[in-house]
This record gives sequence, structure tokens and C-alpha cells, in this order.
Amino acid sequence: MTQLTVTAQKRPNPYLSIDSLDPESELMLLHFGPQHPSTHGVFRMDLYLDGEIIVKAVPHCGYLHRAVEKLCEKLSYVQLTPIVDKNDYVAPMTNEQAIVMACEAMLKLEVPRRARWMRALFAELQRIASHLLAIGTFCLDLGGALGGGSTAFIYCFRERELILDLFEDVTGARFHYNTHTIGGNRHDLPAGWGAKVKAVLDVIEARMPEYAALTIENRIFQQRTKNVGVLDGELALELGVTGPNLRASGIDHDLRRDAPFHAYDEVKVNVAVATGGDCYARSIVRVAEVKESLRLCRAFLDGMPEGPINSGKPTKLTVQTKIPAGQVYVGIETPRGELGTWLITDGTQNAYRLKIRPPSLHALSALPYILPGYTVSDAVAILGSLDPIMGEVDR
Amino acid sequence: MNEFLQGGLYGGGIIVAIMSSLLFVLWTERKMAARMQSRIGPTFTDPLGFLQAPADVLKLLQKEDIIPEKADRALFNNAPLLGATVAIAGAAVVPFSATIVGADLEVGVLYLLAVGALGVLPVFAAGWGSNNKFALLGAMRAIAQSVSYEVPLVLAALVPVILAGSMKLSDIVAYQSSHHWLVVWPFFLGIPAFGLFMLAMLAESNRIPFDIPEAESELVAGITTEYTGMKFGLFYMAEYLHTVIASAVASALFLGGYDGPIAPGLWWMVLKTGLLVVAIYWLRWSLLRFRSDQLMALCWRWLVPSGVVLVVGAAVWVVFAG
Repeated sequence: MTQLTVTAQKRPNPYLSIDSLDPESELMLLHFGPQHPSTHGVFRMDLYLDGEIIVKAVPHCGYLHRAVEKLCEKLSYVQLTPIVDKNDYVAPMTNEQAIVMACEAMLKLEVPRRARWMRALFAELQRIASHLLAIGTFCLDLGGALGGGSTAFIYCFRERELILDLFEDVTGARFHYNTHTIGGNRHDLPAGWGAKVKAVLDVIEARMPEYAALTIENRIFQQRTKNVGVLDGELALELGVTGPNLRASGIDHDLRRDAPFHAYDEVKVNVAVATGGDCYARSIVRVAEVKESLRLCRAFLDGMPEGPINSGKPTKLTVQTKIPAGQVYVGIETPRGELGTWLITDGTQNAYRLKIRPPSLHALSALPYILPGYTVSDAVAILGSLDPIMGEVDR
Repeated sequence: MNEFLQGGLYGGGIIVAIMSSLLFVLWTERKMAARMQSRIGPTFTDPLGFLQAPADVLKLLQKEDIIPEKADRALFNNAPLLGATVAIAGAAVVPFSATIVGADLEVGVLYLLAVGALGVLPVFAAGWGSNNKFALLGAMRAIAQSVSYEVPLVLAALVPVILAGSMKLSDIVAYQSSHHWLVVWPFFLGIPAFGLFMLAMLAESNRIPFDIPEAESELVAGITTEYTGMKFGLFYMAEYLHTVIASAVASALFLGGYDGPIAPGLWWMVLKTGLLVVAIYWLRWSLLRFRSDQLMALCWRWLVPSGVVLVVGAAVWVVFAG
């Protein structure tokens, strides 16, 4: 496992300098959001503009706060998965996995091998779906809802639908699956599902050049994204940015390889890394990760072991299940980065505290550092390239 | 009196014809975009969703007309009307066939450019009058863009003027039918000038990839942010009018206008204009958007110099070969 070291630097605090703004200055304060078409949900930035150049940026989140963490303290452990599904609503599979893995770690449950492989397969399919959405909405930000951007967006959604259909075959739900339970999975793979998955993977693989032509190989796309929103690796580490955003800044870090969970220790993961740290680098990392996920999905399908999909306890876990007192931190690599779950238990049937570390929140924390100096148009591109999901930022 | 009557009839007829052609243009764009995006497009308003545009207009007419409290009411209310008027004013001098032309002015091209330049006024009135920051930003962008792209537009339009030796659009078309269409010969002047004209026209009418003033992913809806109902509809209509008329002008200036074999002139004009409109929408639904500073750079660093070269080239051609 590679060790990441963070050296805190003397950086000007972007928030402090906002307070010292001259009130007499000619800057225009633009409330960017929460009702704005391209803030990816309800997110607000206060942009202090000089003409169209951003001088300061103050992000405000919390418009989508649903008190998920508090809710999790009131529910029993088996009731948690459908709640956390709604955190990162673009990648619900990985949310569920994080929470059940934390509970399993506390209960010291051995998850059957088939369940672990299924989880890894689900996670990779989810990564493809999530990255397709990220690329599509990024194009929407760059190209507008009534133009080429929406064409790329709909192409990406078309393929994402195929993956949702696959999940529907397994779990009966297209979005909030509730398919992971503590100790294993709830639904086994239906007969003939593997062939369907392979067909979908082939379709997506065949259409990858199309996305590339619309996005990373497109001249206008390159002009809009290259050297825009440069996030240097050290700053990214300091802020705790993870996932594709960190890898685009040249830091080779991926929990799938560095701290393997599920079945990632049995299948080699090639980590896509790009240098530059700009919006373009983030885009090419995502496109490369889709390609890598296609390969991983095939590997997981081919190697899918037989066996039970649950830990084989004679009785299933119930609402009354108690977890012994203690605490655990589980971090897994979701499409957006490291999703951490810190579970503190007190021996009762409810968690004492459940802290969720959403990768999107840390990505957004880079905004005040990287936005100044760019224009309003770039702000949209930068925000879109960070791929935040407000559901998990605000929880 | 006769002249007035004739003018009124012609003008009214042309306006009605163009307005009804908008129905077809809107339907074509929606169906085309839908097919490009593997969708079906409007289907419920029979036949084939053709009545979607009238249905949209009916819906817009029923909307509440909201005027922001702190808006400059005079500017805010009149900007959409002015926008639609200016957009359709260009149609007056376009020769749709040898006989169908509203006013065959001696200075037709000059008139077109002047009316085109006027198009920035309603945009700024809307942006300023709305008293909205997004609208203001959009208006600022629109002014910079329109004023800059005026230059390559004029330069590109000068090429056929120099070659034909007249600013009268019917003369330019007549020159092309007696010689060659300008994109055919001299093609080394005609084709670049045609491309330049279309680019500058797109930028002037704020269409993708140049629709920066109303970039909805950045500026919510730019200048139309505060507009509701039919006032918004008028801006929308003005945009489509501008596209259609710009295509008609481009086909008159460079593609020989109503000149063509077998079929009557009007048919050729409609065909050429229609093809250009389709090309514009094809671009629109496949390209992303530029950033405004990149757009300015494109204009001043590439389009204006090449426009100058083209004008000089046209002059040299006229002297030595024409």
C-alpha cells in the first residue's frame, strides 16, 4: 500500500480574504445557485465578480440536508441500507456497501466469496453508470441544455439506462437497490444475467469512441477544459480530495488497489492517472476509468465463484440485532472517491454515531482555492468537472 | 396610394409566409434534434407532432406575465417587440424570387447590415431593463459579441458586393445567374467568404456554438431570465426568424439566390434556405459552446484578418480578371 503524506503548507485562507474585501470596491456579488441549472442540485456559490472574472468564491452547501446521519442513529442496523442509498443517488450501490461493510467489520462477519465478487461487480457497473452521468452532465454544463451538450448527455444516459436495467433484473429496483445486507447480498444473480451484462458491456465499449469524439477529442471541449480549474496535487491532498479528481492531479491513489476490499485483491486494478489537474485531466481520467471498469466487469463475471451469497448464519439478522460496543472506520472507493463510514456503537441495537465522509464534499472544498481568476463560464466547467453529488455532500 | 397598397400587400404576404415557415422550421429542428439524440420528438400534436409549435405558443399566451418590481418597465416591455421587429425587418430586401421582393433597395446589403447591427439594441434593453445580474452579464456578452462580429460580417458581405459591383441584392443574384454562383467561381473567394458570413451571422444571432449571451448552463437564461409567457416567446421567435432570414440572405449573396434550373426561382430559394437552416441546426445540436473570451479571440485573431484578405482578394480579382 502506498503511503500518502500530507505536508501542510502556508496558504492564504480563501475565506479570510473574503471578509477583508473592500465594501467600496466595484465587485459584483453574484449568487450562483441554489436555483441554477448547472449547480448539480442545490448548491450555492457566492461569486464576487470583477466583470466576468471571479475574484472570490464562497461555496455554501446544506440546502439538501436531510439529517441522514442522525436518522441512522435512530434506526436499527438492518434498516440503514435503504437510507444511505439516497446519499449518493448516482451511485447507490457503493453507499450500501460502505455501510454494510462497517457493520460486518464490527460483527467480525465473514462475507462469502461469491457475495464479495458480486459486490465488486456491482461496484464496477455502478462506476460505469456514474461516470457516464458525470461525463454527460459535464457536457451539459459546457454545451447547454439546448445544444450539443444535451446530445452528449443523452447518449451517456442511453447507456446508463442499460446498466440500470441490469440492476433492475437483479434487485427489482432501478435506483435504490437495497440489495446488500449485513453479511452478504440479498438477491442472487438471475440465470442468464451474465450474458446480458456482457452484451451491455460490448455495447458500451463499442460506443466509447463516440463519447471520446464528443468530449475529450473535441476541439471546443479541449479549449474549454484545458488549463481550466487547475488543482495541484498537494492542495488536493491537503483538502482530502479523492477519487478521479485526485488522480487527475497526478496522485496515484486508489483504494481499490491500495487497500483492497471486496474482490479487488484477487483481480488486478489498473489505476488511471493524469497530470495537469485541470478539467480536461479529470475528464480523461473518468473516460479511462470507464474503460478499465469495463475490463474489470468482464473479469469479475468470468471469475464469479459459486457458493452462498450470505454469511450462512442459521437465522438472518433482524431489527433486534445488536452490535458490540466499539468503533470502526471503513473507506471504500466509490466513483467519486473515498467514501468513509465511521461507525461508533454502544452495544445496543442502534448506532451511537454514524459519520459519513462523502468524497464530493471534499472535492467542493477545493472551489474557493481554484475558482479565483477564472470566468463565470469556467466556474460552471470547474464545478461540473469535480462531479459533486449534493445528496452526499449535504446528507 | 398604389405604391403603399403594393408595399403593404407584399410586406404582409412576406411576413405571413415567413411566420408560417417558422412552424416548419421549428418542427424540423425538433424532429432532427430528437433523431440525433435517439429520441422521437413531439408526436402527440398530430400530424407527426407538426402542431407542436402552435401548441407551445398557445401555452405561452396563457402564462402569467410577470414584470419584476424593480425592472425598467419601458425597456423591459418593449425589448421583446423590438427584437422581433428588428429580426423580421431584414426580410424586406431579400429577393425570394425575381419578382417577390419587398423593397429592392439600391443599398440592400447596407440595409441588412444596419438592421443586423440594430439587433443588439433589444438585447441590451432586455438585459439592462430586467435588473437582473444574470441578464446584465448576458447583455454585456451580447454587446461585445455582436459589435465584434459586425466586422467580419461586413467584410464577408463586401466580397459579393465588390464582385457584383452593386449593393442591390437582386443585382447580386442577377450577376450570379449570368456568371457563376459565388461559391462555384471564383470559389477561392466565394467559399471562404460564405463560411465567414455564416459564422459571423451565427455569432450575431447568438446561436450555438456562439449562444454565449443566453448560455443557460452559466447564466440561467441570460437576457431572457426574467421574461415569462409570450415576451419570452417573442425572443425565441426572433432567434428563429434571424436564423431563417440570415440563411436566406446567405443563399442570395453566395448560393445564387433564386437562380436554378427547371423549378421556379422561389423553390430554389426555399430549398437553399432550408438546407442552410438544417446545417445551422446540425451544428447547434452537435457542438459545445465557446467561452466568450475565446469567441472574441476567434473573431479578432482569425476572422477579421481573413475577412480583410478576402476583400482585398475580391478587389484584385475584379481589377485583373473580372
